[in-house]
Amino acid sequence: MNHATSNAVRAGAARGLLEFRGTFTNPPDLFGYLYMPVLFVVLGFFLSGEEVDGAATNYGAVTYSGGLVLMLIMLGTLAVAQVLAAEREDGTFLRAKAIPHGMLGYGVAKVVHLLSMSAVAVALTVVPGLFLVEGFGPPSWGAALTLVWVCVLGLLAMAPIGATLGALISNPRAVGLMMIPIMALLMLSGVLFPLELLPDWVLTVARALPVYWLGQGVRAGTLPTDYAALELAGAWQLPAVAAVLAAWAVVGSLVALRVLRRMARRESGSRVQAAREKAMKRVL
Amino acid sequence: MTSTPTTRTSRAQAQATDAVAEPVIRVRDLRMSYGSTEVLRGVDFVARRGEVVALLGPNGAGKTTTVEILEGFRKRSGGDVEVLGTDPQHGGEDWRAGLGVVLQSWRDHGRWRVRDLLHHFGRFHAPYSTPDRVRPHDTDELLERVGLAEHAHQRINKLSGGQRRRLDVAIGVVGRPEVLFLDEPTAGFDPRARRDFHDLVHDIVDSDDTTVLLTTHDLDEAEKLADRILVLAGGTIVADGSVEQLSALVERDSEVSWSLHGQRNVHTTDSPARHVAELYAEHGEDLTDLRVSRASLEDVYMELVRRHESGDADEAVHEFAKGIR
Repeated sequence: MNHATSNAVRAGAARGLLEFRGTFTNPPDLFGYLYMPVLFVVLGFFLSGEEVDGAATNYGAVTYSGGLVLMLIMLGTLAVAQVLAAEREDGTFLRAKAIPHGMLGYGVAKVVHLLSMSAVAVALTVVPGLFLVEGFGPPSWGAALTLVWVCVLGLLAMAPIGATLGALISNPRAVGLMMIPIMALLMLSGVLFPLELLPDWVLTVARALPVYWLGQGVRAGTLPTDYAALELAGAWQLPAVAAVLAAWAVVGSLVALRVLRRMARRESGSRVQAAREKAMKRVL
Repeated sequence: MTSTPTTRTSRAQAQATDAVAEPVIRVRDLRMSYGSTEVLRGVDFVARRGEVVALLGPNGAGKTTTVEILEGFRKRSGGDVEVLGTDPQHGGEDWRAGLGVVLQSWRDHGRWRVRDLLHHFGRFHAPYSTPDRVRPHDTDELLERVGLAEHAHQRINKLSGGQRRRLDVAIGVVGRPEVLFLDEPTAGFDPRARRDFHDLVHDIVDSDDTTVLLTTHDLDEAEKLADRILVLAGGTIVADGSVEQLSALVERDSEVSWSLHGQRNVHTTDSPARHVAELYAEHGEDLTDLRVSRASLEDVYMELVRRHESGDADEAVHEFAKGIR
């Protein structure tokens, strides 16, 4: 790495931290990141009376760990796509393109911002859960460590999906359409309902997707050890979790970089101008 | 029309003594088509170090397209283009470090503070600093120069339109570029803001010997800012020269106007000197507020565009090219 690129990486990291700080001074943004933890604490609290058959835990805790998975998926896909689509429309992206190594700095800033905001959101979900949701929490230090790497690897596996979708969507207001594939992903994660209810071929598809393994990893990190018996395989498959998530992270990043490069090449002043005129028309 | 801001004297002198500065932008037979529509049909021009060149033309003439190709933001369909000795299509990050692009801000970075943003963008230029071109500009000094010092800690979405444009310029020049691109820089400005903006651009580019390429459809702006004007119409450069050179090309009668006993008179003639002499012989000291005006840039421009639209564009091109070279 030469001087100019390492300089851009440092500038990008500084930008990410500045944006991270900025999020806390902007109530609407902050709400976007924090309403889910609050929602799930309430849900988990009320469901904690329902015992799960075959494991020393309750539906409150299971739902709560599902909430954590949901949040990671949303942060990785929807939040990333939204930011990318919006910043492309408003010209933030073009500014980065107009300075030397600006795109590199921009990318680093986005990763730093995503990871730091996610760390806060995860901490704000996990910590209250430990106290307020019975049966939720890592059963051992090993499980706690599992939870950490699963969260990081899970985000790295999801973010390229969000970035690719965000690059393909030209209108930031169309990001809502992304909810359709995201909801489909969610259903296949085993978070909303037990996967046994689904036909076999759907399970095969689910096993190829990162969400299922993210869900299992989070459950392994936050639910009692004997809950493993209720998984499809009847046990935690942590090596598989790591392998599938890492594969999605690597392949996803390669695809996302290609798509992002193509998008970046096409970006110019007149495109931003056209987007601006379109947006103005919508307002009027 | 003839008044020149004093800040430009040094540049003019430098150009007079060192007549052939090196070319910084070189465009030969540039072509661009969108589908079957040909927007640029062979554009040729050169811009030298320290020159301010205005690209003038009606809407849709391809001004923005030309600039975006030079900025490396758009692929061309044909022709040769060189900016700072490199084809923009293959220009890497090091090449980009020599360029400044003034973008039209909209609502990007709205929550950033003015100083933070300028400082952030400046950081990317630091590795390209050389002893005779220290990069980037000092953030506070630059804010002072663009008149934003007192707004340094303000959020960008709280700035007025004019202040945002000043910030856009500051961001464009923070890396002390050798070439600066300004695309329709003062669209939507009031006259006062426009004049301030022109002073600012002069101030900044004069001290760094920056080559500037600006697009505009405002004749007044082209005349005030540019050393040389290129008129783009019908996908080619139909005129290339200083305002004086361009005016000389359009054969127009001069207009003589004067006041006599509080009464205003106007007379159009092809020999203004004789008319003035006759007037003086007749009225002597009673003659006041005498003015002789040649074809203005606007006349020239209208004439050019008229010829182009009436179909003898090619003829017009040859005629003008002949006149200037």
